[in-house]
Amino acid sequence: MPVTLTINGAQRTVDADPDTPLLWVLRDELGLTGTKYGCGIAQCGACTVHIDGLPIRSCQTALSDVYGASVTTIEGLAGTAAEAVRAAWSELDVPQCGYCQSGQIMAAAALLAETPKPTDEDIDAAMDGNVCRCATYARIRSAIHVAAQKLEG
Amino acid sequence: MLHLLDRPLAAVAPSRRTFLKLSAGAAGGLLLALRLPGAAPARAAEGTFAQPFVHIRTDGTVVVLSKHLDKGQGVATGLATLVADELDAAWEQVTVAFAPADGELYKNLFFGVQGTGGSTAIANSFLQYRAAGAAARAMLVAAAARQWGVPADEIAVSGGVVSYGSGRSATFGDLAGAAAQEDVPAEPMLKTPEQWVYIGKRFPRLDTRMKTVGAPGAFGIDHQADGMLVAVLARPPRFGATVARVDDTATRAVAGVVDVVALPSGVAVLATSTWPAIRARDLLEVTWDDSAAETRSSDAMLAELSDLTAQPGLVAADEGDAEAAIAAAAKVVEVDYSFPFLAHAPMEPLDITVLFDGETARFHTGSQFQGIDQTVAAAVLGLTPDKVAIDTTWAGGSFGRRAQPDSHYFAEAAQIARARHDAGHAPQPIKVVWTREDDIRGGYYRPMVAHKVRVGLDAEGRILGWHHRVAAKSIMIGTPFESFVVKNGIDDTTVEGVHGTTYALPAMKVEVHNARTAVPVLWWRSVGHTHTAYVMETMIDRLARETGEDPVAFREKLLKDDPRKLAVLRLAADKAGWGTPVPEGRHRGIAVHTSFNSCVAEVAEISLRADGTVKVEKVVVAVDCGLPVNPDVIAAQVEGAIGYGLGAVLRNEITLTDGIVDQANFDTYLPLRLTDMPRIEVHVVPSAMAPTGIGEPGTPPIGPAVANAIAAATGEWVTVLPLSKHGLA
Repeated sequence: MPVTLTINGAQRTVDADPDTPLLWVLRDELGLTGTKYGCGIAQCGACTVHIDGLPIRSCQTALSDVYGASVTTIEGLAGTAAEAVRAAWSELDVPQCGYCQSGQIMAAAALLAETPKPTDEDIDAAMDGNVCRCATYARIRSAIHVAAQKLEG
Repeated sequence: MLHLLDRPLAAVAPSRRTFLKLSAGAAGGLLLALRLPGAAPARAAEGTFAQPFVHIRTDGTVVVLSKHLDKGQGVATGLATLVADELDAAWEQVTVAFAPADGELYKNLFFGVQGTGGSTAIANSFLQYRAAGAAARAMLVAAAARQWGVPADEIAVSGGVVSYGSGRSATFGDLAGAAAQEDVPAEPMLKTPEQWVYIGKRFPRLDTRMKTVGAPGAFGIDHQADGMLVAVLARPPRFGATVARVDDTATRAVAGVVDVVALPSGVAVLATSTWPAIRARDLLEVTWDDSAAETRSSDAMLAELSDLTAQPGLVAADEGDAEAAIAAAAKVVEVDYSFPFLAHAPMEPLDITVLFDGETARFHTGSQFQGIDQTVAAAVLGLTPDKVAIDTTWAGGSFGRRAQPDSHYFAEAAQIARARHDAGHAPQPIKVVWTREDDIRGGYYRPMVAHKVRVGLDAEGRILGWHHRVAAKSIMIGTPFESFVVKNGIDDTTVEGVHGTTYALPAMKVEVHNARTAVPVLWWRSVGHTHTAYVMETMIDRLARETGEDPVAFREKLLKDDPRKLAVLRLAADKAGWGTPVPEGRHRGIAVHTSFNSCVAEVAEISLRADGTVKVEKVVVAVDCGLPVNPDVIAAQVEGAIGYGLGAVLRNEITLTDGIVDQANFDTYLPLRLTDMPRIEVHVVPSAMAPTGIGEPGTPPIGPAVANAIAAATGEWVTVLPLSKHGLA
């Protein structure tokens, strides 16, 4: 039965099994492929989206879990924290292969929205669930600090 | 953190002879003559400029065609840098696209076929792409000279603008169409290093911004097309097994499932989208025929390797009389090592889209060996290779996984497409997706390896003889590369980094055993060096401590014939404060290794947590990879290579129980995480040599540097990896 969802601020109608992970609804039904598949078991964070502002693993979130909620994907991520993160990511050339970076940026933007001046411990807690096989971690950490400075400045 | 030493690059010119010498070494004698770009593609749009490596659009956009796959290593930016510099383009007008599959135009000059790997991308392209940029510049200048009726040698090009005096100027876009009509210079004049604008400096990567907005359309797995089907496969749980019987009743009942196709490698479930395909695949009931399968456990395989190292093997190197020297030695140090199978686990699992209409085929994927992939796919489809097109995409990591001598994922996709075609279905794009479980359990691992090393010392602690045996399944035997690289049964990638060591050893004998198993093996970032560097560098450290010498001083004496390696050793030691007191609770270890013609030394500083596990706090690196084209990309590669190697050394192993892989996903094959990542300081040595490899050489030294630091802390030498087996991670 078709249901209507709020995705990136717009109403979108999808017709999929209510148990379908949000990840595959976004990617295959709505063409929002910025949200990546990495593990399917909430171990890598590549599929991170914001649900009502909180970073959530979309691979372990059923379509029926987001009825009535507001979902933001990397395509719709906007605002000062998000742009500070993107600018810092560019300044430091953080990505290598880039496949995990949508999830990294979603997690980093959520961290900065909540904690505008994070400590290394804050970053550890917020970002340790996001795997990067290229190991861009040192630049991710630095870029979050740079983004925090941009927000301050 | 990047530190570029400030010796002026301008004084150094990469000589063609050095380049050729290096490349011959890298290719094992496979170097083909460097050929300048010539033939223009048949279909250049009106007013544009189109040469094999450089296109210029009417709006002035310079499109550099990368013959290499960019899987994160930054080669697209690197190749664009080479072209932009010689072309005198503005950085902002440069963009990059992947070249089509064309073995003649786009072959890797070290391999002779189109492909990326062995850290060769910049090294084999350095002159070729500069020449392409210089040729395009000369053609723009010639066109301007003709239009303006002025001498070509009085025309200047800078920042994407062609000008004559103060009166005349034109953009690249203005001149593109006319330039396309000019002759391609056979030997375009290249800049001297002091004329370089971009080479040797940091310029931002061309792919960063798009990777901060979801990388639209960049990765193969994101490919979407009208009428596309998604295929997910059940592959045999035991390597080498085949399909005996399939019950697909439950599978076909899943909404969205379109077809079930049996293949030699398994059973494909085709659905209208990914999730139903995954769910339905998991409902297949397949009976497997294990008669040709590997049914042993990894413990039994390792026991076999250990037994083999106790016996004489094929002789890979024999200089001096190592056995006699050891027999006469005052002291013999004998150590056995073992290394597990490792999965590559790139963030983007394998995926590939195929569209086959019976006469032509088009693939869409992060192809790393276009030359081989095209040939294999053509054979499966009953086509000639020229009927097989490959759209190479950006790849979400590889670490060796996408470079397959058997092109198995192309073959699999082609088999599905052919089966559908033969069954009378209309052509439809089919995207094959590997789940993470398929990836981790799918084989093509870094081989499991055992080493036995015996070193004889005299009474003063000097090395008299070194006897080294390695047992592993060969990566190359049984592949199309065998005839090129396997000599007398010896696959050099099994022992690279041991034989040919530049440590001054009076006698050395190296032997190899080729183990047999149906578990498929593959190169994994830095190939044989993943284990040989660990053995060589922990042995050297152990011998140094055995004789009471400082590990750096001990190495310095043995490296008198290798000034390049000696220099990085000394630089890393110096920058890390080697010889000065280590901060409270910290311990240092060093390792230095040459791979892919680059020398890397790493000093690891570790601490031990209360629970006895190791925390790698800091790594100080010195790297000599020839002339650094983009120092920041080099630093990024070194940082990543250290993280990649460290993750494996800490916790990674693929094990099998009765032939079935025990790990399946990131909950059991534990990836390095942000909190594991050390602080890394990279010092890039200025160099007059043409560029050498950088994607891989940062990986080999990290394991032994950490192991040597552990030995400094505890006196214990770890000889069986990973560290987690010993409570150290």
